[in-house]
Amino acid sequence: MDTCKCSTQIRNLTVKKHDGVILHNVSLDVHHGEILALIGRNGAGKTTLLKALLGRIPYTGSVIFSNAQGETIAKPRIGYVPQNLVFDRSTPVTVGDMLCANMSGFPVWLGHKKEETEKAVRLLAKVGGRPSLLKKRIGTLSGGELQRVLLVFALEPKPDLLLLDEPVSAVDRKGIEAFYDLVTSMRSEHQMPIILVSHDLNHVEKYATRAALLDGTIVVSGSVNEVMRTPEVRETFGLKLTGGMKR
Amino acid sequence: MSAIYSIIDLLLPFEWTEFAYMKNALLAILLITPLFGLVGVMIVNNKMSFFSDALGHSALTGIAIGVLMGIDNYLISMMGFSLLFALCISAVMNSETSSSDTIIGVFSSTGLALGIVLLSASGGFAKYSGYLIGDILTVQPEEIRMLALILVAVVLLWGFFFNKLMLVSMNTDLAASKGIRIRMVEKFFVILVAVIVTVSIKWVGVLIINSLLVLPAAAARNLAKSMRSYHFIAIGISVFSGVSGLIISYYAGTAAGGTIVLVAAVIFFLTYFLNQVRAKA
Repeated sequence: MDTCKCSTQIRNLTVKKHDGVILHNVSLDVHHGEILALIGRNGAGKTTLLKALLGRIPYTGSVIFSNAQGETIAKPRIGYVPQNLVFDRSTPVTVGDMLCANMSGFPVWLGHKKEETEKAVRLLAKVGGRPSLLKKRIGTLSGGELQRVLLVFALEPKPDLLLLDEPVSAVDRKGIEAFYDLVTSMRSEHQMPIILVSHDLNHVEKYATRAALLDGTIVVSGSVNEVMRTPEVRETFGLKLTGGMKR
Repeated sequence: MSAIYSIIDLLLPFEWTEFAYMKNALLAILLITPLFGLVGVMIVNNKMSFFSDALGHSALTGIAIGVLMGIDNYLISMMGFSLLFALCISAVMNSETSSSDTIIGVFSSTGLALGIVLLSASGGFAKYSGYLIGDILTVQPEEIRMLALILVAVVLLWGFFFNKLMLVSMNTDLAASKGIRIRMVEKFFVILVAVIVTVSIKWVGVLIINSLLVLPAAAARNLAKSMRSYHFIAIGISVFSGVSGLIISYYAGTAAGGTIVLVAAVIFFLTYFLNQVRAKA
C-alpha cells in the first residue's frame, strides 16, 4: 500500500445487475483535502459508483477508507448530497425535524432541544439558509433551499468523505457560489475529501483539484488540467480538439 | 383495579360507566388508542397500510394454527405466525422482484383464506367469527395490565428509535449515509406493528383493526405541520374517536369497534376538507 494521504482507495470495484455489468474494475484514489470531480456521459455509472460507496448496492472489489492520520476506518461517516432527493413531498417532516433527528437521539416527535435548534440555525446560515427554513416542511422547499438543507445534513457530523451528486442542478447562481465556497472551505479547513459528480465542466475546472472520466470504468484520471485536455474528455463532452466549448 | 374503578365513578358518574365491563372497555381504549395513534403515524408515513391490513388478516391463520395444535392461548400461535408472516413480506418486498402492493395483496388474501379454511375444517367457522369484528367489552383486568405494559414499552421504543425510523422513511440512501442500518430499522418496525396488531385483534377484530391504525394518522396528516404536531394530533384523534365511539355504541346499542371506526372516518373527512379549503385559500 502506498503511503499517500489517501482517504478512499477503490480497487477493482465491479457492479453487476441482472441486465449486465454497470461498472467494471473501477480503481480510484481520493485524497484528503482534494475535490475529485467525477465526470462522464449520462449512464456512465457515476451515481452507481456513489451508491456502491454508500454501501447501498452490492459490488465486488474493495473500498478502504482512511482518516487523515492514515488509520483505516471500518465504518466511515459519509456525507451525501443526492442529485434529486426522492421523497414523499406531503410528509409532515420539517427541516428542523430532519436536521435535529440527524444531530441527536432525542426523539423529534417530542420536539427539538434548544441547543440543537441553535446549531441547526448556525449551520444553515453557513450555506445561506434563513432560520425560518427550520419550520418549513421539506416537501415545500424550493430546489435551492432543499440543496442547502441537504448540505447541512451531509456536513453534520463531520463526514470522513463527502459525496456531492450534481449539487448545483437546482440551485440559483448565488446559491451555487455559496455552495462551492462552503465546499471549498471544508476542503481547505478540514482536509475533507470530496467526490463531486458534475456535468458542468466550468465548475469542474474552477473548483475541483482532480478529475476522473468514468464510462463503465475509469477512462482517464489525474489533475483537472490534464484530464480536461485529454481527447477522451473532449470527445465525451463534444469539445472541439482545437479548444473552446461547442454551444 | 378497584381504585381505578372508583376514580372512573368519581370522574364519570354516568349510566354507561356503571358496569364493570364498560369501565374495563374504557380503560382498554385509553391504552390501545394512543398506541394505535402513535404507530399509525409511521404506517401512514411509510405507506404501509396494506401491510398492516395483511397482518390483521394473517391473525386468522394464527388462530387456526393454535386450534390445530391444541394451544389454549391463541395469542401465542397468532404472534408466532404474524411475526413469521411480517418478516416474509418484508423479505419479499426487499428482493424487489415484483411490486410491493401486489405481494402484500397475495399474502393478505392467503392469510385470510388459509385461516377460514383451517378453522371451518376443524368444526365450523361460526365459533371464531367473533374475531372478525372483535369485542372490546370482553376485555379482562389482567389484559388491561398487559396493555398498559405494552403501551409503556412502545412509547420507550418510540423514544429510542424514532429518529432513525423517520430518516429511513424519508430516504434510504440518506439514512444509509449516516450509518443507519436500514434493514434492521425496517424489521424493527415491522415486528412492532405485528405485535400490536396481534395483541389487540381480539378486541378490535380482523376487519377493522387496520382502520383504527390508519384513520387517526391519516386525518392528522391533513393538519400536521411538523412531526410533533403529527404525533399529538394523531393520538388525540385516536383517543377521542375511541372514547366517543364507545359511548355512542353503548347508547345506540351498536358494536363498539365499528362505531369507533366510523367516528374516526368522520374526523378524517372533516380534516380532509379542511385541508382542501386551506390549500385553496
